[in-house]
Amino acid sequence: MTSTVCVSDVTKTYGRVEAVRDASFTLGQGELVALIGHNGAGKTTLMKLMLGLIRPSKGVIEVLGDNPAAGEFAGRRQLGYLPENVSFDPALTGRETQAFYARLKREPVAKALELLDAVGLGAASRRRVSTYSKGMRQRLGLAQALLGQPRVLLLDEPTTGLDPELRQTFYDIIARLAAGGATVLLSSHALTELEERAGRVIIMNRGIKVADGSIDELRRLARLPTRIRLKVAGLAPCEMPGWAPQDTTCRRLNGHIVEIDAAPERKIELLHRATAAGNAVEDVDVVPPTLDELYAHFLRQSEQAP
Amino acid sequence: MNVLIIAAKEIHQAIRNRWVLAATLLLAGLALSLTFLGSAPTGNVGVRTLDVVVVSLSSLTIFLVPLIALLISHDAIVGEMERGTMVLLLSYPVARWQVLLGKFLGHLAVLAFATCLGYGAAVGALAATGSQIDSDSLLAFAAMVGSSVLLGAAFVAIGYLVSALVRDRGTAAGICIGLWLLLVLIYDMALLGVLALDQGRSISAAVLNAMLLSNPTDAYRLINLTGFANVSTFAGMAGLAQTTSLTIPVLLAALLGWTLLPLGLAALAFSRREL
Repeated sequence: MTSTVCVSDVTKTYGRVEAVRDASFTLGQGELVALIGHNGAGKTTLMKLMLGLIRPSKGVIEVLGDNPAAGEFAGRRQLGYLPENVSFDPALTGRETQAFYARLKREPVAKALELLDAVGLGAASRRRVSTYSKGMRQRLGLAQALLGQPRVLLLDEPTTGLDPELRQTFYDIIARLAAGGATVLLSSHALTELEERAGRVIIMNRGIKVADGSIDELRRLARLPTRIRLKVAGLAPCEMPGWAPQDTTCRRLNGHIVEIDAAPERKIELLHRATAAGNAVEDVDVVPPTLDELYAHFLRQSEQAP
Repeated sequence: MNVLIIAAKEIHQAIRNRWVLAATLLLAGLALSLTFLGSAPTGNVGVRTLDVVVVSLSSLTIFLVPLIALLISHDAIVGEMERGTMVLLLSYPVARWQVLLGKFLGHLAVLAFATCLGYGAAVGALAATGSQIDSDSLLAFAAMVGSSVLLGAAFVAIGYLVSALVRDRGTAAGICIGLWLLLVLIYDMALLGVLALDQGRSISAAVLNAMLLSNPTDAYRLINLTGFANVSTFAGMAGLAQTTSLTIPVLLAALLGWTLLPLGLAALAFSRREL
């Protein structure tokens, strides 16, 4: 796997505030990486560092062979960026805006305009940007980021303001790009959306990288219990099934659902026990820890660490 | 290439925002009214009308062109940063100096278009009403238009420097108004005051020349009011024209310096700027 973005020991301070501290990671071709963290965790700062909009106080960044801090930008023809709260010159139309950006990337304008249809801007592209809603500006933002088959895509909160249908299209487009070998780094608050799509998750807290890995790796690291929900017949409202081991946490949810927190390696054992108990169990749901829970876990962990 | 793409977009935007239209109409309106009303005191007999127009128009230009130039340039950088468009533009394969130079060429083109067309209307009107226009006057007029554009370029560059240095648009606008007042109004009054007080005791001609060159509007004034003999008689500056050692090339170089130095400094400040 060839790396496209390499961040090593990067620190960025604004006065006394450390926006990013000692962050290091490498992003490879074809990776779809989610960058998550609450507001002010350093996500946008990291992207701006990769673009050379700001310079690191310490450490080195390399993006597509360029050092952005030194003002190198040859590789940027193959880089797409969608800033948080993207904005455009209000006097120009969507088509004119897209054509302008296409020229800067030396891309054929006709092909660039097709992207406007791909993101569903269609007829509105002939109107001035000043008349656009937030969602339409976001579509135009996506269209410009996708110009010229980018090898690196940096997307800062890309799905805010998009309707569910376009969200789906958007994820399809970036999954296709990632499959074609592009590196996609996207920051988002919509953790449930990312859960199935991101091959890798980087969690930031107060400028520090607190976790980095695939969701499965993070689940293993976090050792959060998987919840097993059983629909059990013939139990009194507060009664727990007899076969449930004493050292696990059980709780009753409503009427007849029992929820058991199972440590990752005891999942199968518990399911065996449940089925061995006969036909009292009518239904089973296994809920692995969600990205939300993992995120909360790693944040707690980093807050407790000195 | 990148520079031209950005310049073309600036021009496009200026047309869309009706900046071009507004500036051209303003300059044309003033030029025409000066042409016809301004000749009232001198009358039309025996006077070469166009020379009078050059005197009155160049006095007007000193106020107006720097103001227009600062208006379009003061928010070129800080305004795009505030609106958030600069972040996206700089993520493209363009260098920051290319962005600045592209904007400069675009804004200069707008200003040049408005000046040439607006002031050209005055000549056209004079020719249409049958006034005599000889080649000396025409040369002085062309020099006036050209130097007006150069004066505009200097103030566009000054506006960029302010725009590259400050944090928000309001500050940029405030500083630009202050600079305009200082360079266009206060500087000359202060200079006159100092000269009157000094009575020629310690301020030598060389010092005076240096003081005149260190203000782009004075360099412009000297080009137009003393540079051409036919004009300077009407400007009441014939005396100064004979004594000053500032030749037109020196004055042009001063204006050019007033363009290139702020532009270079603006590029430097912008390249160090963090967004």
